[in-house]
Amino acid sequence: MTALPFDLAIIGAGPAGMSAALQAAGLGLAVVVLDEQPAPGGQIFRNVERAAGDPALRGEYAEAGAALVRRFRAMPNVDYRPETTLWHADTESGLLSVKTPAGPGEILARRLLLATGAQERPVPIPGWTLPNVMGAGAAQIMLKQAGAVPRGRTVLAGQGPLLWLLAVQLARAGAAPVALLETTRPGSLRAACARGGLWSGRMALAKGAALMLEARASGMRIIRDVQQLRAEGDGRVQRVHWQDGGAVDADTLLLHEGVIPGTHISRAMGLDHEWDAPQRCWRPRLDAWGASSDAFVAVAGDGGGIGGWQAAVASGAIAALDAAHRLGRIDAASRDARAGDPRAALKASLALRPFLDRLYRPSNAVLAPPDDATVICRCEEVTAGEVRRAARMGATGPNQAKAYLRSGMGPCQGRFCGTTVAALIAETRGIAIPEAGALRPRAPYKPITIGELADLPDEVI
Amino acid sequence: MFATRPDARPPGAPTVEVLVEGRPTVVPEGATAAAALLLAGISSNRTTPVTGAPRLPFCMMGVCFDCLAEIDGVANRQACMVAVRPGMRITRQEGARVAYEDDAA
Repeated sequence: MTALPFDLAIIGAGPAGMSAALQAAGLGLAVVVLDEQPAPGGQIFRNVERAAGDPALRGEYAEAGAALVRRFRAMPNVDYRPETTLWHADTESGLLSVKTPAGPGEILARRLLLATGAQERPVPIPGWTLPNVMGAGAAQIMLKQAGAVPRGRTVLAGQGPLLWLLAVQLARAGAAPVALLETTRPGSLRAACARGGLWSGRMALAKGAALMLEARASGMRIIRDVQQLRAEGDGRVQRVHWQDGGAVDADTLLLHEGVIPGTHISRAMGLDHEWDAPQRCWRPRLDAWGASSDAFVAVAGDGGGIGGWQAAVASGAIAALDAAHRLGRIDAASRDARAGDPRAALKASLALRPFLDRLYRPSNAVLAPPDDATVICRCEEVTAGEVRRAARMGATGPNQAKAYLRSGMGPCQGRFCGTTVAALIAETRGIAIPEAGALRPRAPYKPITIGELADLPDEVI
Repeated sequence: MFATRPDARPPGAPTVEVLVEGRPTVVPEGATAAAALLLAGISSNRTTPVTGAPRLPFCMMGVCFDCLAEIDGVANRQACMVAVRPGMRITRQEGARVAYEDDAA
């Protein structure tokens, strides 16, 4: 027997996916939520059902995060499928191919909403492949999923709100970093203030300032205007260096230069993308409802452009309203009227974004590492110098460089190197990064085994 | 090397025992195999196929694939995407996965 198609399939159970599911199911749509994680929350509210009582995670996570997950869990008419990975979507037939702990399967949907969120921006510095060098977000995930903290001397390096939040959370957990090396360039604050939004965004601004004060008070060294970061060690990171002979011993180095939309699936689906100049990253081209260039697919949350969890909640609701309209559940006037509140919330949550984007704009050295020996493709261990050489030999973009060098051909499928390769080629050829283009990943979005392919059932589930 | 904290979970919160390189490792329920690798304190979970360099988990959210490990006999699993189950066997992976056992010889 063949199951009836779902009205709306949502990929991802973070703030955008949960919010969209609540809105869509509230309008009577048959909703399925597919999420790779074992519990709802996304990365920002990851494991909040178990970890909300952790004193290191108090605040937004334990309050707003836990509340949103509770509402999602309590919502009837939402078929929530954890530990389920989407590896292909046929946007013409609505057939979604997934793998689950019980084996592979297929699901039919009339509309698809990608709420797959962000990834940390790659920070390719010499030595970043050494064991115990991680993303700052990775350490925060250890805190959320296991209540665990790095032992020994922890050094944080980079910039952005998450870096300060993590510094404070580690301090609250009794594992304060020994140093925070901030890469923000002099003059950034002045330039950021000129972008405005300070009054509308004053709550977020005050929260950020309080985090910085708390971090300072916990005793960590805070070093400004750090450049030329380098990790060194024998088989693991042992020392971190920066310009003019700066150095500190480290057992763990946590890097962060902000987050960027995870565009792997949206790219593989062939959606149109555009270069987000203020955030220096790619994002899918969307209309005011989150609808993409493919009539079957919409995108909500950080996967459509970085805005943070409150913007994700709002954009999830907006995309769900549009789905209900397109599926004939509500008329355009009703959709527009209902979108008033989430649109106002979206605007408020994005008020400080121009300030933050300018303040924490990644330097050219983050996008295109100057040291030729730096590994830029972690999987295939391709260096910046090799990419520059390929560009001089005629590689016009990351897809050609992939054929020359295998960068983007390893298991991560270019998630970590694609934009760096494009930036290196752009620099070498004297063109803008968007002109160098982006990798075109293909299904399966995540590796599957031949056995899983062979085990696909004959009917949809 | 990571360590859990006693105040992170309520008293009596469930834990799961897994085997990392054959050594019993206790992790909180809800954590992943990659968390178990980091908590076990091993120096690397894999070596790269290209240069044999050691790696440990890097992103913890399914993006970088540095946490590839053998889990319950299946190589090339993203350890950060696999929730721990009691008795799960997590072992290191050397270089690339072999397609057939004969290839390993």
